[in-house]
Amino acid sequence: MKFLRDQIDKLKPTFSEGGKLSFLHSTFDAFETFLFVPNHTTQSGSHIRDGIDLKRTMFIVIIAMLPALMFGLWNVGHQQSLALTGTDGSLWDNFFVGLIQTLPIIIVSYGVGLGIEMGFAQFRGHPVNEGFLVTGMLIPLCMPPDVPLWMVGLATAFSVVIGKEVFGGTGMNLLNPALTARMFLYIGYPSSMSGDSVWTFLPEGSKTVDGYSGATNLGELASATAEGKSWSDDILSASIMDSFWGNIQGSIGETSVVACLIGAVILISAGVGSWKIMLSTILGGLFMGWIFNISGADGAYMDMPAYYHLIIGGFMFGAIFMTTDPVSAAQTEKGKWIYGFLIGVLTVLIRVFNPGYPEGIMMAILLMNVFAPLIDYYVVQSNIKTRLNRVKV
Amino acid sequence: MGKNVKIKRGMDIPLEGKPSTHIHAISSSTTFAIKPNDFKGLIPKLRIKQGEEVKVGDCLFTDKKNDKICFTSPVSGEVAEIVRGERRAITAIKILADLAEYKCKEFDTQNYSTNNVDEIKAILLESGLWPFITQRPYGVIADTEVTPKSIFVSGFDSSPLAADLGVSLRGKESQLETGFKILNMLSEGGVYLNLHAKKDNTIYQNIKDVKVSYFDGPHPSGLVGVQINNLDPINKGDVVWTIKPQHVAFIGKLFETGKLDFEQNIVIAGSEVKEPAYYTTRLGASVHSLMNDNYKSENVRVISGNVLTGTKIEKDGYLSFFDNQVTVIPEGNQYELLGWLFPSYARPTLSPSLPISKYLKKTFNVNTNPHGEPRAYVVTGQYEKVLPMDIMPQQLIKAVMAKDLELMENLGIYEVIEEDVALCEFVCTSKINVQQVLSEGLELMAEES
Repeated sequence: MKFLRDQIDKLKPTFSEGGKLSFLHSTFDAFETFLFVPNHTTQSGSHIRDGIDLKRTMFIVIIAMLPALMFGLWNVGHQQSLALTGTDGSLWDNFFVGLIQTLPIIIVSYGVGLGIEMGFAQFRGHPVNEGFLVTGMLIPLCMPPDVPLWMVGLATAFSVVIGKEVFGGTGMNLLNPALTARMFLYIGYPSSMSGDSVWTFLPEGSKTVDGYSGATNLGELASATAEGKSWSDDILSASIMDSFWGNIQGSIGETSVVACLIGAVILISAGVGSWKIMLSTILGGLFMGWIFNISGADGAYMDMPAYYHLIIGGFMFGAIFMTTDPVSAAQTEKGKWIYGFLIGVLTVLIRVFNPGYPEGIMMAILLMNVFAPLIDYYVVQSNIKTRLNRVKV
Repeated sequence: MGKNVKIKRGMDIPLEGKPSTHIHAISSSTTFAIKPNDFKGLIPKLRIKQGEEVKVGDCLFTDKKNDKICFTSPVSGEVAEIVRGERRAITAIKILADLAEYKCKEFDTQNYSTNNVDEIKAILLESGLWPFITQRPYGVIADTEVTPKSIFVSGFDSSPLAADLGVSLRGKESQLETGFKILNMLSEGGVYLNLHAKKDNTIYQNIKDVKVSYFDGPHPSGLVGVQINNLDPINKGDVVWTIKPQHVAFIGKLFETGKLDFEQNIVIAGSEVKEPAYYTTRLGASVHSLMNDNYKSENVRVISGNVLTGTKIEKDGYLSFFDNQVTVIPEGNQYELLGWLFPSYARPTLSPSLPISKYLKKTFNVNTNPHGEPRAYVVTGQYEKVLPMDIMPQQLIKAVMAKDLELMENLGIYEVIEEDVALCEFVCTSKINVQQVLSEGLELMAEES
């Protein structure tokens, strides 16, 4: 430890003001504080401070995402094997194929995002904020396995610059940065983000086995709705248990409800993710699904049991990792309930009324991101009103 | 009658170096000091010169804005030094105390029960006891022209390592009784005395004509601001006064004897104190006289007050005006390899992400390392867990940062002072100096009013 510290102290002047590499000061600082908690002491106010900091908070979110990532890596290989041979490959083969395909996406996401963040931090004279450590992992997890790397880079750059830095950086952004990246690609390059061919990574020129279909649950439901089929026509080819465990087509990290739930347990038990938002999102989805069930209207989506909504598509992934971003979510405790519930409701509404749309929860979360400050505003107003009423009584 | 209030939100921070209940006498301090900086926004106007002889109760300086408010000498002796800081602002007036018995100024307090309010006020002002009364809003010295809605006294201190007033005020029951009688005459709405539901409250048993309420729960249940908010919140235009029991005893003593006696039992605690206990000393005592060689190590922070709200003082500094506690903890000026990920020692936290710190360790040896760097707000819902008031803390702090006066007022800035948000500052993931921010907000509001 002493040796490492000495090396850093030796390097430090080079990167400090007046040093040769002072233009990399923020970057150096980011690495230094990653390795060592600084030797600062409190100068005003409370002399002692809690052991938690933003680095630890963000790191816990990354740990919570690992089950989804690991499962995703395996599933990318698994789906490819099914598509090419019709049989499942070995655990390690699947994992290895997934790693080969996914690792570059992760590297591009982190590389581009952190590069831009460090540039902005240096330009503004700020320290590098840890927020992107989470965003950089969320972006690959919500991408289709077949996404071209340049698109990942472009979308990441867009989300960091337009989604975050123009608002003043982490903590100031209005929209969830990872979903901003996904939305950017969906609008800019819809053919790479939707349809039946993007959810399985297939080497160029390879042939799929007979009977292979790359459609997701949501895709099947969409075409069934377009054809006017009803729920009883056995629309979904994947069983509900497959969808629950996650060995189905979909974005890299979203398919497994189990992996997402493990993440939820980590987030909640570490006190990092808001259980209020997660729970209310789920309740909102169930509520809206139930409303459609009892509405009596016919249609593939209308009659689908409400709990299916939680299991298919990216509902759980969104409800656990995306809605709980504390910056873009509602910030008041009452507001969190409303915010989550409306996301659940909107997700199902979008799915049912616009099945052509790839995934309702992305749109629902971004929409509620925009409305979160309004929700907070009314919650704050109610606190103000009770205070004013006190005077009158 | 009084209410029982159960405080649920908040946290106790168990620290090493809890004082034993033994009260040590201290070979008296040779120098004492009164520090104008202990009062927010105070500009002192000197009434004495260097080298002048003073008695206990002689006016050292007055408030430039209201020269009725005197700050008097806690001991008799010679004005040894008038210390000036930046821009020649007076930072301390040091008095070299007489070695023999102190000479005291006499105050005419014998007929106090028939005195009218103005006469009582005049005595409090002249004797230098007035500054012990704090006014809300703003947390400043009480305005002499205002009659407060009510006066609140918290009968216990729930801060980390704080003195158990049942120990430090033992034997001062009659002074407390007299003091509360005086307070009762100053306020129209009466005096609230808030006690801990589970502690020994015998020192308060003789006190009459006050509204007694009982509080239970973790810190900050003992903060008077929390108690006011739960019993009778401050509205716009209200003025509420607060005072600590040990200072009520000073008032009682003056009205019983006609003489000031600033003797008090204070707590010296913290992990770097060899013998944490109660010590008898006087207002403004020098830390050197209190501590001598009571330090366990060299690299320490000496705090007048508690670890959450106290003032950093040097080893040759002086006890601050309002404090009955000195806390000594290690400085945290060491690097910690990957400390954010694998903490190398247990530290107190609200976060369940540090389970080992939380459950295995009963008391903590804390240092002054903030355990992270300042960041913009990211995490929400933390402050609410440690502020048992009907206040939206994060929104209020943000309103202060934005200097939005109307929003600050609407969100209840009149109800809080710095100490109320100290725990918010402690738990803050983004390491924002919440007390300092609030202080700027209060200053801004006071200027505008």
